[in-house]
Amino acid sequence: MSGARAAGADPAWASPSQLGWVAPHVASEFPGLGITWIEVDGRRRRSSNQVRRRLRDVSDRFFGSQAIHMRERPIPWAYRVFFRQIGLDPDRTRTPIEQLALERLQEGAFLSRGTPTDALTIATIETGVALRAFDAERLEGKLCIRDSAPGETLPGRSRELAQGTLTVADERTPVSLLFGEAAESCEVGKGTRRMAVAAVQVNGVPQVAADEALWIAAAAIEAS
Amino acid sequence: MQELLDRDTFVGVRVKDDERLARTELRRQIGRLERDLIHLAGEAFPRLAIDTTVPAAAQGPRLIGLGELERVRDALASRVAMAREALAEREELEVANRELLERMLAEPAEFKWVQISRADLGEPGCGHWHSRPRLGLLGMLMGWWRVRISSGCPLSGRLAAVEQATAG
Repeated sequence: MSGARAAGADPAWASPSQLGWVAPHVASEFPGLGITWIEVDGRRRRSSNQVRRRLRDVSDRFFGSQAIHMRERPIPWAYRVFFRQIGLDPDRTRTPIEQLALERLQEGAFLSRGTPTDALTIATIETGVALRAFDAERLEGKLCIRDSAPGETLPGRSRELAQGTLTVADERTPVSLLFGEAAESCEVGKGTRRMAVAAVQVNGVPQVAADEALWIAAAAIEAS
Repeated sequence: MQELLDRDTFVGVRVKDDERLARTELRRQIGRLERDLIHLAGEAFPRLAIDTTVPAAAQGPRLIGLGELERVRDALASRVAMAREALAEREELEVANRELLERMLAEPAEFKWVQISRADLGEPGCGHWHSRPRLGLLGMLMGWWRVRISSGCPLSGRLAAVEQATAG
């Protein structure tokens, strides 16, 4: 990731972001859909003062009217459109940035929930890009976006995925719904030592925005 | 894994080229309608709450078929039409209220006790114009009417100013 290198950041997480793949039949239906991720050393823990201060700054810059008009901005709008296109109602199953905006309005601030949640919150609010964090050591090979095969489940979850459900998967199994719950075994937990932060791009979300989101999230995890 | 990569159709959905084109076109229309709807909701805020919900076509994220895409498109189109209508009605009402206010300011005695709020004119803040008699009962008996202007809640004004300054 050039942004990370330009900032002279710690080489531990300044490795280039990696491009995942999208199943060809899914890509042909949804041009612009993509997944990019970056790996960073980090544990689930209380966020540092620096990250919590940054979260407060982001919180103080966010007002109610912005939550309404935010949806008119290109990136949040792109996610809303994509949600409609994959059968979700973004006013019920909220896009990541709208979910955060709603929580900000309900709770009066972006409350600190520790690493990596705070890092993802900061990066998502700053860029609008949807991010997920996984335990990097539990993933096998490259991440991808594909539809589920018959009989597949999310590891650790008992419910079978409906055929054709869009998922984020590694080379072995789905690790989360495209937007929604994650496999229990791949979530960041107490034993996590290295995290994979993934950005899901949809049509209208430029690569530079995804890279920026990953850079911000990785920097915040590193600072925790 | 290879089986998943090689598969060129979704389970249960037979993909034909013309159907794929139709789905692409429907997705484009959904995108345009969503933009219109969100723009209308933004324009109406905070005067009017525009309902932007459209029933979900699926239980989870998945490729939805032509029929479901059409239903989403139609529901969105209906929401956009309703939003335009509601906004037009609201604007008509605000224009009528502005005209009423002008007449009230010119002839307060003709509009005894009438109160028009800033919200009635589509303006932010909680101030209002109120046609009241000067000197209370005496003014009522003598026909001395005037329009009093309330500047509204000072706190909301300050918060709005801070918000505007930050946005600017």
